[in-house]
Amino acid sequence: MATILKVENLRGGYGETEILHGVSCRVDEGEVVTIIGPNGAGKSTLMKAILGLLKPTQGKIIFKNQDITGKSPNQIVAEGICYVPQSDNVFPSLTVDENLEMGAFIRRDGFRKKMEEVYQIFPDLKEKKKVKVKKLSGGQRQMVAIGRALMLDPVLLLLDEPSAGLSPKLVQVIFNKIIKINQKGVSILMVEQNARKALMISHRGYVLVMGHNRFEGSGEAILNNEEIGKLYLGE
Amino acid sequence: MEITSRIPQLVVYGLVSGSIITLGAIGLSLTYGILRFANFAHGDVMATGAFLAFAFLGFFQGLNLPSTPFHPLSFGLPLLLAFILSMIATGGVAIGIDRVIYKRLRTTGRITLLISSVGVAFILRNALQFIWGPDPRYYIKKIQIAIRIPGLGVRIKPDEIFIIAVASCLVIFLHFFLTNTRMGKAMRATSDNMDLAQVSGIDTENVIKWTWAIGSALAAAGGVLAGIENKFITPNLGWNMLLPIFAAVILGGIGSPYGAMLGGMIIGLSAEISTAFISTSYKPAVAFIIMVVMLLIKPRGLLGEK
Repeated sequence: MATILKVENLRGGYGETEILHGVSCRVDEGEVVTIIGPNGAGKSTLMKAILGLLKPTQGKIIFKNQDITGKSPNQIVAEGICYVPQSDNVFPSLTVDENLEMGAFIRRDGFRKKMEEVYQIFPDLKEKKKVKVKKLSGGQRQMVAIGRALMLDPVLLLLDEPSAGLSPKLVQVIFNKIIKINQKGVSILMVEQNARKALMISHRGYVLVMGHNRFEGSGEAILNNEEIGKLYLGE
Repeated sequence: MEITSRIPQLVVYGLVSGSIITLGAIGLSLTYGILRFANFAHGDVMATGAFLAFAFLGFFQGLNLPSTPFHPLSFGLPLLLAFILSMIATGGVAIGIDRVIYKRLRTTGRITLLISSVGVAFILRNALQFIWGPDPRYYIKKIQIAIRIPGLGVRIKPDEIFIIAVASCLVIFLHFFLTNTRMGKAMRATSDNMDLAQVSGIDTENVIKWTWAIGSALAAAGGVLAGIENKFITPNLGWNMLLPIFAAVILGGIGSPYGAMLGGMIIGLSAEISTAFISTSYKPAVAFIIMVVMLLIKPRGLLGEK
């Protein structure tokens, strides 16, 4: 299986504060990889760095064998990485249709067809096509957020806490959708607080603490590891 | 009673002045929505548009174009061409100013941008005065007689009908642009959330250029229409309009071009109608009071979301 994303010894942060102190990880083709860890570990920071929203001070990010370190977000998106931020992840004053359209902004062809596919993955959104997203519920908004990111047929989908703020039932729904998306061939890199549920659908996982790698292994291995369980899975 | 009988006529004046204020307010709201700063130079952009039109007018009058006025308006082809060219040129000037000044300050705070825009305002206004002098420059030399509208008991000049019609058309075009074109939707998206727009692949620097171009073209239109209404323009035209424009934007909700349209008309109408009850010298105060009241009771404005 080819490695599509490789992060090597990344250092970076906000302004004077360094949050990531040499973090490494990788995603292979077709995998679901989850990053867990306590608050402040740098999980979201890592995502933003991969996306180009943050310039790393050291280290490399390699995607599809190309060095994308330091590129701007819209260049990285054009390469095939799409991102769903944890919050503020929709355009509230635009309709569902328009949000998806914006997701496909740089697509020159076939966006109607892709929209149909997205509505098939999220059938609940079909009757809300012309509704402004600010009027939707939390769960529906999250679906729009993920749908928007799918519009460009990403090779790699980055999800920052996809289950945040959702009821337990909706959390399960969202994770089922994530599995479905992965089955269609999209590789997924996820950051999650809902560590257990996320690891249960992941091929591999990383534990990040205070900007450092603490553990790496298969989803099962992490779930079965007692020490990690106590510290980070809230046993 | 005598006072209320004057109101319909004041409504007419209010529609005219409201149309001009609206065109200025829309641009201010658009750039605030996307760049998150209050552009104090926007009034002077209106004045720049007015003076560029004056320059183009001179040029077109110099060529041997048919220049008989379009009856019953008081101007003809030269001014019309100058109007259109001025909108395009002013859009270009704004993009230039952004590239030279505001672009370098993108990551600094709102206050820095605001103050730099005050500087730009000074530069524009003084450049206009340096080139054209402080005295009034005339678009039109003839006096126009107002026509009576049957049944409504008001008079309106044909030029004023033109002003209201042009402003309405521009507003409708803008609405169509924002809701039906790719760039228009990208502008709305970037205004909602610039980071998300970037990670969706939208080239936000390009969106910013378009925002400056459209906002400033509308401002130029406002400036030219103000010149048509008053028959002449002076370098202070823009700075003098800054208060009503800001009041309109705050009233309507900063960041919302539709709010700016609503706010512009309300400010225009209120200022004119107020003269039925209080001295005309208080007109600017009306805009000011409305703005302060809005900030106190609903700072987000009537249609604002931020």
